[in-house]
Amino acid sequence: MNEIFQQLVNGLALGAVYALIAIGYTMVYGVLRFINFAHGDVFMLGSFTGYYIAPQIAEWFPLPGWAGWTAVMISTMIICAIIGIVIELLAYRPLRNRPRLTVLITAIGVSLLIEYTCQHKAFFGASQKAFPKLLPAGNFTMGGLSFNTTQFVVLGVTLILLAALTFIVKKTRIGMAMRAVSHNSAAASLMGISNTFIISFTFGLGSALAGAGGILYGMTYTGIEPLMGVNVGLKAFVAAVLGGIGNLPGAALGGLVLGVVETYAGGMSGISTYRDGIAFAILIIILIFKPTGLLGSKQIEKV
Amino acid sequence: MKPVNLLVFSAASLLSVLGLPGCKSGGGDTIKVGEFASLTGKEATFGTSSHEGTQMAVEEINEAGGVLGKKLELLTEDDQSKAGEPANIVNKLISRDGVVAVLGEVASSRSLEAAPIAQAAKIPLISPASTNPKVTEVGDYIFRVCFIDPFQGTVMANFANKTLKAKKVAVLTDAKSDYSKGLAKYFKEQFVKNGGTLASELDYNGGDKDFKAQLTTIKGAAPDAVFVPGYYNDVALIAIQAKELGLSIPLFGGDGWESDNLLQVGKDAVEGHYFSTHCSPEDTSPKMTSFVGNYKKKYSKTPDAMAALGYDSAYVLAESIKRAGTTEGPKLREAIAATKDFDGVTGKFSLDAKRDAVKSAAILQIKDGKFKFLETIAP
Repeated sequence: MNEIFQQLVNGLALGAVYALIAIGYTMVYGVLRFINFAHGDVFMLGSFTGYYIAPQIAEWFPLPGWAGWTAVMISTMIICAIIGIVIELLAYRPLRNRPRLTVLITAIGVSLLIEYTCQHKAFFGASQKAFPKLLPAGNFTMGGLSFNTTQFVVLGVTLILLAALTFIVKKTRIGMAMRAVSHNSAAASLMGISNTFIISFTFGLGSALAGAGGILYGMTYTGIEPLMGVNVGLKAFVAAVLGGIGNLPGAALGGLVLGVVETYAGGMSGISTYRDGIAFAILIIILIFKPTGLLGSKQIEKV
Repeated sequence: MKPVNLLVFSAASLLSVLGLPGCKSGGGDTIKVGEFASLTGKEATFGTSSHEGTQMAVEEINEAGGVLGKKLELLTEDDQSKAGEPANIVNKLISRDGVVAVLGEVASSRSLEAAPIAQAAKIPLISPASTNPKVTEVGDYIFRVCFIDPFQGTVMANFANKTLKAKKVAVLTDAKSDYSKGLAKYFKEQFVKNGGTLASELDYNGGDKDFKAQLTTIKGAAPDAVFVPGYYNDVALIAIQAKELGLSIPLFGGDGWESDNLLQVGKDAVEGHYFSTHCSPEDTSPKMTSFVGNYKKKYSKTPDAMAALGYDSAYVLAESIKRAGTTEGPKLREAIAATKDFDGVTGKFSLDAKRDAVKSAAILQIKDGKFKFLETIAP
């Protein structure tokens, strides 16, 4: 019995990271109608930003410690937002009016470029690195379950970021502009909304969340390497499709469901090898039976 | 193309085809030896160590006058720890560079990929450290200078019984690696034969970062110890996450653990755990002492077992070329197969009928952030 709850805690912590990344996929899809495959690599860059920035920050704030951790989180999110905006500016903006397939293939190219550049010795190198300890280690048991601070922090931070994001999208002027662009970009620009600015803003916001995901992932699993974004990025993409691509709460829900399912599969003797396979089987089943995803709504396409 | 040009062209290409075998049998003033290693990627420290050991041996051999009056020329290629690369590289080394023999890989999956190519080309391949039995079963041109997993698995099963006094053991295997699957199989066979029980058997995929699902199940099964026959990069994360989940029992594994990276990433979480390997730099034999001394001078670090095996693989090849008196594939193959009582850094060994080295294993424990020698187990 204990084990079942323990796995639930493990699964939610993993799912929370998927959720943060899935939101980036879904937001970009919402405004541009294309999948930014380089998003998983922004997540990886988030982990490495944390890795390289932590020793610098430790000179002002003690690490592990809460103040230092907050500083690492915020600076990583800012740096990742800039990275996301730059990727859009250099790789996607010149192709804005080209067929969507062109942009999609470019996104795959950007992803490979980041992965292989980072594997070079002059950058991060290919070997696995240990993510620094950012928070004081605290293991405690409650009713036979063992928790650590990180797991709570991962879930808490994810909830706070999701709430903040929902607020931005639903309650602010810029959020309204994002929704307008997503709904009909031509009409939105006729109403005086700068599409270019909104697209940059969306990339920045999504990449900041991916950066936060990178830090949380590093804190939870310790090992970081330049190819870590491939698998996690794909899973987050599955999560976004599972929840209904273009739908923000759907992406969060999809992430959590996927994380929990995957963790239960991983803990079962005999099928533990197939945990990744199960994630992709879910994608296929969803695409067959409910192509709009769990929370997605039907869209009428005018021909 | 005009007919005359065509004629010239085809004559030239015919010549180049005819010329190639001439190159192979030592036309130049050096003897070309190919090496493929994982210099970058997941198992980068394995390839780096074995390459450094091999490189050092080749330099020593050349300083001492080379073999058959010629210098050895080591052509090293990086396979980036990736499946698919070894086949390309070894093809290139054999058909384009015309090497007389190939040295490499540490990881069994990658040696298995290259072995059929070397076998088909009748070019001997000596693996320094691939322990999966299937590697040399590919054919009679494939050799290794290390022990094999049936032996290593038996050693660790007996170790679990006698030293750890474990009755219930959980096994966590890398389902992607031939090495891990093989070692797990032989361990389980012997451990059950010794009267032990398997608390739970779980898999992961090499390169995973999240092991908490598997470790939670293992914790639920309450074993006395966990056998993790994986590679160091995964083992480090497994140890860290086991500690976080409050799983405070010994972990133990095989030679795939031996890397400084295990200590750098695992830190205090790998403290107290055990693994078996080929030799220890703490060995006081004169061969080992001088090897460790020279290696430290050259690379300013302590060599690990992969470096020692890389070193031995190059010497086995050089001695065999000397004994064969030629670098032709079939004769060289016979000479390597006849290797007997070879006095290597990793101990004295012979190659058996299956072209595997018969030699003892060492068990090390991680203590104070270092690998400490515990015991040697003879075959």
